Amino acid sequence: MTRQQREVAPEYLFFEAPGKQVFITGSEAVAEAVKRGNVDMAIAYPITPQSESMHLIGDLYAQGYLKDYYRAENEFAVMAAVHGASLGGGRVFTATSGPGTLRAMEMFPVWAGARQPIVCAFMCRGVSLPPSIQPENIEMAMLLDTGMLMFHAEDAQDFFDMILRAYVIAEQPDVHLPAGVFVDGFFVTHTRSAVMLPPEDIKLPAYDPRRTPVPIFDMETPPMRTIRDPLLNKSNFISYLANASWHQEVIAAAERARKYIRRYMGGLLEVEDSSAKIFLAASGTAVSQSREAIRVLKDEGIQVGLIKIKSIRPFPAEEIATVTSHAELIVVPEFNMGGWLAREIKAALDNNRRVVGGPRVFGGMTMPAELIVDEVKNALRNRSRAQRSNS
Amino acid sequence: MSTKIITPVDEFADCLPQEYKELVARGPYREPRSVEDLGTFKEIIEEHPHCAGCGVSLGIRLLAAALPSPEDTLIVGTPGCSFFGLVQTALNYSNTAFGNQNAVAAGLKRMLQIRFPHVHKDVVVVAGDGGIADIGLDLTLHSWFRQEKITTIMLDNEVYANTGGQESGMSRQGRVLNMAPQGKRFPKIPVFEMAKVSGCVYGVRVTVASPRKVGRAVRNAILVAREFGPTYVQIFTPCPTNMKFSPNQTLKVAKEAEKDHYTYEEFLSTEVATYLAQL
Repeated sequence: MTRQQREVAPEYLFFEAPGKQVFITGSEAVAEAVKRGNVDMAIAYPITPQSESMHLIGDLYAQGYLKDYYRAENEFAVMAAVHGASLGGGRVFTATSGPGTLRAMEMFPVWAGARQPIVCAFMCRGVSLPPSIQPENIEMAMLLDTGMLMFHAEDAQDFFDMILRAYVIAEQPDVHLPAGVFVDGFFVTHTRSAVMLPPEDIKLPAYDPRRTPVPIFDMETPPMRTIRDPLLNKSNFISYLANASWHQEVIAAAERARKYIRRYMGGLLEVEDSSAKIFLAASGTAVSQSREAIRVLKDEGIQVGLIKIKSIRPFPAEEIATVTSHAELIVVPEFNMGGWLAREIKAALDNNRRVVGGPRVFGGMTMPAELIVDEVKNALRNRSRAQRSNS
Repeated sequence: MSTKIITPVDEFADCLPQEYKELVARGPYREPRSVEDLGTFKEIIEEHPHCAGCGVSLGIRLLAAALPSPEDTLIVGTPGCSFFGLVQTALNYSNTAFGNQNAVAAGLKRMLQIRFPHVHKDVVVVAGDGGIADIGLDLTLHSWFRQEKITTIMLDNEVYANTGGQESGMSRQGRVLNMAPQGKRFPKIPVFEMAKVSGCVYGVRVTVASPRKVGRAVRNAILVAREFGPTYVQIFTPCPTNMKFSPNQTLKVAKEAEKDHYTYEEFLSTEVATYLAQL
């Protein structure tokens, strides 16, 4: 059974098709995206809070939207199997969470090195020990240098939009890299919100295996003899150089993704109130909490702008530097203990003592807006204290 | 695969290396070749970088010659000695992370069935004993449980050879090896027996000292996998470098093993036996 859906241009699907508002969970938004993604095959393995989305994608397979789907034996096997399926020249999807991400870790740089536009959703959660199934996005820090594109969704609408756009960005011949679409688990996956959906009888154009920088693995596409003198066999400068060039090309491909992220996602970041001297800079659900904190602070007469970072890889370093050129304080709230986003922002800015990393919430705790408000006020107090002692 | 794909256009024909020209003109892509024909056609593997007397390289050469349709064969492996010969074969070969080969092969086979529903694309796992019996055992078994239509071929040299001679699960009990300083304390993992009870519909245990049997096993295993489900061939490929015997004794060591712990054995279902008899 194959579902009758019409292939349409990505631009039509994203920007022109009539929308209908529905009230759905983040997990349901994932399935709605895959339904319109013309995905050939998905492979699943259960882990909370990811499971429900992959149940729903199993239902899509049963309804004829996908051509193959199965439950694999563990996440390393899932990521290996989607690698194999992608080698075979089709469009694939999978999803995982926290410990599953870590178990599968060896495969992510393989996807990037093999230049495969695999899209994987990460419903982020804490990793052991101590064990936690609660929202926490420390796994993103561990994926920063795998070579994959990384997009961080704030809510279910973002999640739906980013999964579909990730395929189109990742499959560009001059990019052709894997893309991770991340959300903070539970907050997005298990809550309902209003999401605008295009009609379900349209879908993305099929993946075209001829538009790849690396030949598809099907014995139809030359060259068959992919390597004559394998890099690993030789201990000489040429083999090291070839290896290094390959890595550089992966990084360069991610850089080339920027123009497509701007075209299809409207930029690597979004800014509100760019004239502010104080900014909250965040990604994921910390953005939503920041919006609330900004409202509270405004009521108290403190003007604070918002930087919502959508693309983590490639990272909008120049955009952040430009937006904050006049800023005096940049506070970075995060759902993890490591503070990876604050590190990224500090590395992007001159005078990075303006950056305050916090509040950091983990282990199952929530991030009430008051926590962010306090962080901003503390930072302001510390600044004026420092200014007084300087003068 | 159309042979057009490997045939160079006239303008470039002169630029290509002699070995490629010979592959196009005399490779095993058009008509059936077998182990018996070795030496009469341009092989898809040559100039291997293995040690002198390497049993693995002989195993790869034999299995490559026995592929029923190399023009539509995709080999998946894992890093190790087997990889050194296979990356230089004139067919698609992939190895990526350690021990993931049967999962990669499962995904690949399913996608090729989607894309080429009317062509047999043979997906064959070729890996060593460490890759299949140790680090990749769970993925191997699960591909069999799930009835994936792939062939798994173990080149069993009973040791981690590429990393310097460490004990593997397939090493013989009592053998003193790196990481087994007092001798291995448990028997060979019974992967061949596990194949029988884990869903394989055809299996052969054989050594490189019996090339015709290797050829027949590989060919049968691949043809059966197309129609019925997972198949398994376990080939003893002794390692002179790490087992410390003279490189000119490889076949003798394998021959002796055939009388000892590596007797020839074949298993198949009645259905498969009927099918093979019809070929």
